[in-house]
Amino acid sequence: MLNSISITQIYVLDQDEALDFYVGKLGFEIGTDQDLGFMRWLTVRVPGAPDREVLLERPGPPSLDPATAEQVRELVAKGATGGHLFLTTDDAHQTYATLKERGVELTEEPTERPYGIDFGLRDPFGNHVRIAQTHR
Amino acid sequence: MTGVSKAVEDTNRRMLRARDAMDRAYAEPLDVPSLARVAHVSEAHFIRTFRATFGETPHRYLQRRRVERAMLMLRETDRSVTEICLAVGFTSLGTFSRTFRDVVGESPTQHRARGPLAIAPTCFTKAWVRPSSFGEAST
Repeated sequence: MLNSISITQIYVLDQDEALDFYVGKLGFEIGTDQDLGFMRWLTVRVPGAPDREVLLERPGPPSLDPATAEQVRELVAKGATGGHLFLTTDDAHQTYATLKERGVELTEEPTERPYGIDFGLRDPFGNHVRIAQTHR
Repeated sequence: MTGVSKAVEDTNRRMLRARDAMDRAYAEPLDVPSLARVAHVSEAHFIRTFRATFGETPHRYLQRRRVERAMLMLRETDRSVTEICLAVGFTSLGTFSRTFRDVVGESPTQHRARGPLAIAPTCFTKAWVRPSSFGEAST
């Protein structure tokens, strides 16, 4: 049966801006950035964790009709499309400080939970990202 | 993409920023002027637009956020009702009790008697335990 989850997808409203954010600020690396002609196939992954990638897809025609694409864009902007990313770190406080310095829109400070310490942020488009330092 | 759609996206993103501010700073004395500043819109425009975007007024959203926090503290801690009322941003026990009952359908003490919650990632608990404005909680 199944082995793993290899790629998951989120919608981004601009792929260049998404790269600036996910690679430039959060520290992801590019998995694939290829113009397939009909779409730009753009994936990123956490350095040292090559088995799982995130596809940064731009909603638009012909995959979605223009009216639907507009609806999706509007929903992304109000944080309603889901696609939450749950990331892990060795040091939540240090990572929070680094991201703050880089001007990331942090929505919640590092907080003690039953499962560890985590905090939250938004990407430039409205997608929700959480970063946790989990108990081992 | 049309100019109108782009404007809606920008507005939605700003309203989300204001809603995030309520999620983050619920315990502080948040008011409409400060939230409107977060969203970079006028106060009158803010209330109307927030409601159009999320289906309820910012005031109601903030009440539900505070009540959701209070529900959790009632069930997960043994702090007194008065302490919890102040910790989640209410300044009067009367307003807290009335709002809590209005939103949840039972008193804080009755709610406490339900006992501890199951553990899930906190951000999801926050979103899914939050008492509803949309009617289904009354069933």
